[in-house]
Amino acid sequence: MVLKTLDVLGPLHGYGIARRIEQISGDLLAVNQGTLYPVLLKLEQEGVIVSEWGASENNRRARFYRLTREGRKQLQVETQDWHQTAAMIERFFAAKAEDLP
Amino acid sequence: MKSLRRFFARLANSATRRAHNERISEEIEEHIALQTAENIRAGLSPDEARRQAILKFGGREAVKEDYRTQNSLQWFENFLQDVRFSFRVLRKSPGFTIIAIATLALGIGANAVVFSVLNALILHPLDVPQSESLYQVMRGKDKAGNQSFPDYRDLRDRNRSFDQLVAYDAAIAGFDTGGDPSSAWVELVTGNYFEGLRLHPYLGRLIHPSDEHGPNSAPYIVLSYTYWHVRFHDDPSVIGRVVQVNKNPFTIIGVASPEFHGTLVFFFPDFFVPIVNREQVEQKNAMDDRGKRWVFSVMGHLKPGVTPAQATADLNSIGADLQKSYPKEDNDMSFTLAPPSLYGDYLGRPMRAFLTALMLLAGLILIAACTNLGSLFAARTADRSREVALRLALGAGRLRILRQLFTEAILVSLVGGAVGLSGSVMLVRALSLWQPFTKYPIHLQVNPDANVYALALLLAVVSGLIFGAVPVWQILRTNPNEVIKAGSSGRAGRGLTLRDLLLVSQIAICALLVTSSLVAVRGLLRSVHSSFGFEPQNATLADVDLSMAGYRDDQMPAMQKRMLDAVEAIPGVESVGLVNPAPLYAGSASAVVFTDKTTDLRPANAAAEVFLYKASPEYFHAARTMLLSGRSFIWHDDKDAPRVAVVNAEFARKIFGSVTGAVGEYYKMEDGTRIEVVGIVEEGKYHSLTEDPQPAMFFPILQSPSSETWMVVRSSDAGANALRANHDSQQLVPAIRDTLRNVDPALPVYVQTWTKELDHALFAPRMATLSLGVLGMMGALLSVTGIFGMAAYSVSKRLKELGIRIALGAQRKEVLQAALGRAFKLLAVGSAAGLLLGILASRVLSSVVYQATPRDPVVLAGVVVAMLLLGLVATWIPARRALSIDPATLMRAE
Repeated sequence: MVLKTLDVLGPLHGYGIARRIEQISGDLLAVNQGTLYPVLLKLEQEGVIVSEWGASENNRRARFYRLTREGRKQLQVETQDWHQTAAMIERFFAAKAEDLP
Repeated sequence: MKSLRRFFARLANSATRRAHNERISEEIEEHIALQTAENIRAGLSPDEARRQAILKFGGREAVKEDYRTQNSLQWFENFLQDVRFSFRVLRKSPGFTIIAIATLALGIGANAVVFSVLNALILHPLDVPQSESLYQVMRGKDKAGNQSFPDYRDLRDRNRSFDQLVAYDAAIAGFDTGGDPSSAWVELVTGNYFEGLRLHPYLGRLIHPSDEHGPNSAPYIVLSYTYWHVRFHDDPSVIGRVVQVNKNPFTIIGVASPEFHGTLVFFFPDFFVPIVNREQVEQKNAMDDRGKRWVFSVMGHLKPGVTPAQATADLNSIGADLQKSYPKEDNDMSFTLAPPSLYGDYLGRPMRAFLTALMLLAGLILIAACTNLGSLFAARTADRSREVALRLALGAGRLRILRQLFTEAILVSLVGGAVGLSGSVMLVRALSLWQPFTKYPIHLQVNPDANVYALALLLAVVSGLIFGAVPVWQILRTNPNEVIKAGSSGRAGRGLTLRDLLLVSQIAICALLVTSSLVAVRGLLRSVHSSFGFEPQNATLADVDLSMAGYRDDQMPAMQKRMLDAVEAIPGVESVGLVNPAPLYAGSASAVVFTDKTTDLRPANAAAEVFLYKASPEYFHAARTMLLSGRSFIWHDDKDAPRVAVVNAEFARKIFGSVTGAVGEYYKMEDGTRIEVVGIVEEGKYHSLTEDPQPAMFFPILQSPSSETWMVVRSSDAGANALRANHDSQQLVPAIRDTLRNVDPALPVYVQTWTKELDHALFAPRMATLSLGVLGMMGALLSVTGIFGMAAYSVSKRLKELGIRIALGAQRKEVLQAALGRAFKLLAVGSAAGLLLGILASRVLSSVVYQATPRDPVVLAGVVVAMLLLGLVATWIPARRALSIDPATLMRAE
């Protein structure tokens, strides 16, 4: 989700990412926003995102996260994986007893 | 890949932790500020907006903690923490730490020393190219290395398995660069020697097959690098210089490469000359005499793809053929192959056996050290049960506590290993510089290499894990509630615990070591005091080789007579005798003899193989060899007189059946000569101190001249006290040297007191005794610390109980029994087991030690007394402590 957000909106700070996830999920995923930061750090250590200091909307110092090329690649892979998984599960739910040979 | 990158990022972060803490704090602040602003826009009051923002963010400290965990290497930091903590704990109990480190240093050091020697002598390949395919040819059942030259020639030309078959003989020769004669060790090598060993020169050229054109056709010398360095100070202009070898001109043509010093690991020849010039160096040619097996060693590289088994079969078929063609000279012509570095199996087998036994003993020492430390650690863990319980109660995982204990154990073992290794490296360096035989170019080059360091590290870690593992069960079983409630009294173990078993096995090992070292010491004492058949005290040996100054056979007797007369004239000399070779000296000669009735003189019909000595008339008197019957030689037993011999009692018994009546009898030599026995002397030791009585015969020097001349010089004040007399014979050494120089200045002389000379013969048993003695001492030390630890621990554990006993009126004896009875019981059981093992191990010992038997009452009693003393020493302090308990103070303290 973090990767997709950064892919769609470009460089963003932690709060922005949290907000975006909240908005998209329609407040269904109302976890503590703080848990985002360790995840961001992990992704950064894995090299799929990078971060740098920048100015936020109200002109304060904020850390902006940006997707790397490797991150984009991973996003693609994961998107594809997800579509496959989703399609498979979809088929499971669609299948009815009489369809079986 | 990803996890690796994460690992490095974290490693870097561990170092810059502070910067990261600031970063996360700032990010959190910013996040909350933004959320607050958002909330205000949504219509909340500023205070409420901030409160909601903080709520929404969740636990800030928890996030930070999470972040830190994500950011750092948890286990690595824990490890550092453990190390720091272990250091603190160990520093707090220096006594324990020092004992533990010293114990391990002993154990690991002993292993490192033995392994260095093993590594250098056996595991390390010879410094020649492709040494793995180089094999020496050993002949017959006895795996003899020496061959005759015609046999070598046949093997070389007819085999299809070896790349090249090379041969050499070792000899000592006079070496003179002009006015400075000295003796040097020569290898006489076949023309293909350097080529066959695939060696290249350092300077000039090496000996080549094309140099050989018949006897004495190649007067060339190749110097060894060391000899070139020491004798010629690295002077490159020596190439082409003409020097004298035994008064014959030889041209120096090259210097061998620095790594190469012959094909034996311990014998460093000074230079190499072609074997075709043997007559100039050894006065004998014998190149075509199939019966004379003087070629010291034959070896070669196997052709690629040929296995040793195939090569052996190939050689054996040639051998069978030779045996058929030359039944008189060649019998027992089966062959085996062995690496040449320790002269095949001749030295290789006993050396391997001895070093393996030593390695086993060293291993036992380390195991004893480990059990010792294991029980110490277990005792310590028991004492620290409160601390452990407290940590468990505070939420520490058992795994974490175990990890900390292992860190402690491995820390101790690493430090102990480092101390032991550095000690052993110093010892081994000293060993490399040490030259036990001044006359022979023998070096033990023992340089600790990566193998040794790796072994020491491995041993340290493994032993750390072993003794660290002993208290594991104790920790796992700890129940914090119980321990904290019960206080420090604990239960005094009644049943047989693991610790007891450890201690008993350790004591058994130590008793085994003490037994074997006592056996060895007894054996050595016995062999020193056994009868040699001569008296080395107050006698000096002078060794001269007349051929080094160019004397011919017919000139020798006259010259020897002149030397004897000159030395006898020195004040303080009582008598001088001449013998060759000196008994108990390397290079004993032997010959087969036949009874007078035998007519078919082939080796298979021989009556005995006997040691052969050549002696002057005064020899038996000068050497103090007792003449049992008959007469000694006289100067008229010369070439024109009938052949006579003096034989020893064992010879008489073996050939004639009895000592009485043997005088006047005849026997035959291999060439059919009849020899009359004129005298019988007592038996002695001829080849080694551990030998059974051997037959020996002596020929008069006038009938069998020999260039090698050993003069036995007996000093006259033999009646004076031994110390002074020894001093006098020491003083004779320069006088004898000067006198002989005056007789012929070109003659290299080697003079030494006979007792010193005998050190060579005693070398092997002395080394064995020394190593066993040191190991025995270590074993004793270890059992002292082990018993001490156990006794001290049990006394401190039972202080309260003992205090109550004293308060109730127990006598000193009863207190001691209660406190230390168990330690002594364990000691007794362990010692008995060790003694039993020692008796079983005596077969191994008897191969090195003279008459080794632990069934000797002195040894048995010695072991029992030694173990008892050790027990007393070890329990002395705990016993004092138990006796000095003051019940009143003790009760108050609890």
